[in-house]
Amino acid sequence: MHMSISDTMNISLLAANDQQAQHNRQQFDAWGLFCINVMSSPGAGKTILLEQTLRALHGTHAMAVLEGDMTTQLDAQRLTGLGVPVVPITTGRACHLDAAMVSTGLSLLRQQCDPASLDLLWVENVGNLVCPAEFAVGEHCKLALLSVTEGEDKPLKYPVMFREADCVLITKVDLLPHVPADLGRMGRHVRQINPHCGVFPVSALTGAGLGDWLAWLGQQLLAQGRHHRNPPQHPGGLQRPSVTVT
Amino acid sequence: MHEVDMTRCLLQALEDWRDQHPVQPCVEQVHLLVGEFTCVEPSQLRLSFAAAVKDTWLAAAQLSITSVPLVGKCLVCGNSYRPDPACGYASPCCGHPMETILSGRELKIQRIDYS
Repeated sequence: MHMSISDTMNISLLAANDQQAQHNRQQFDAWGLFCINVMSSPGAGKTILLEQTLRALHGTHAMAVLEGDMTTQLDAQRLTGLGVPVVPITTGRACHLDAAMVSTGLSLLRQQCDPASLDLLWVENVGNLVCPAEFAVGEHCKLALLSVTEGEDKPLKYPVMFREADCVLITKVDLLPHVPADLGRMGRHVRQINPHCGVFPVSALTGAGLGDWLAWLGQQLLAQGRHHRNPPQHPGGLQRPSVTVT
Repeated sequence: MHEVDMTRCLLQALEDWRDQHPVQPCVEQVHLLVGEFTCVEPSQLRLSFAAAVKDTWLAAAQLSITSVPLVGKCLVCGNSYRPDPACGYASPCCGHPMETILSGRELKIQRIDYS
């Protein structure tokens, strides 16, 4: 007589990834570094934001970058030369980084430097507003970028990404005179999904708003009890007037 | 198509479960809970699972997916509600943003039926 047995599981479908992400996080914490997962659609300005942020924090924070792309190492090449270790992670057909890929990246990073000497690890995810939101990599903080050219409705169309984010940067605000984007409406749409996340309009090209972003980042580091090697001194070039979301 | 990677995680979890048994179980059905407020499309997940288990120890397994609705709780009026993207996910009675999510983020292996 055929008899079925049922095992109640109630475990995450992504348990395998979650376990690896937890392991990554334990490593980050043991090394005393703060990991930020940077996500956006392709072309929203992740790499130029990283370029400017690395420049701004150079000398005050020891940093490294894991640079994810489906193909090519073009973004990694852009960041090389900014004085920080950069590890390219080419994902092939995968449209996001997962915890195992980041773990492999960490092994490669250890060949370049001692992670325990770092303050910040930037993980630039593959450009995609869908998949990266579901795959934890062990990060302490999720940063989502949304450019003014993408349209005000993107937070409503891709809500999981903007719900998951700890901070949203509305990028390319230097283009506002040329595109029909309502910055206030864009910010409100983010806050409809995620009322408590930080929302900062920025232009990595002109430096507008980057001081606000860096101040927010500094608060996160303080809240985590992280210590940087030297007192933070944001370069004068980043002390530009704030752009406000109303 | 991230459902392929989701499937890989699911297979890993099932293999871990199998390895706890002295004799390989014959899996008949795997029950999943998939929330509406996730990036998973159930039809894509079924397709990916069917392709992945072909000619494996899970070839006889069926995937049963129960969709879990997105339900929010308004912190202003205290009501539970079904957030509507067309209304910006806001509370229908007072327009407050989507603050607390009661359900809809589930991505769970609920149960395995086997013999």
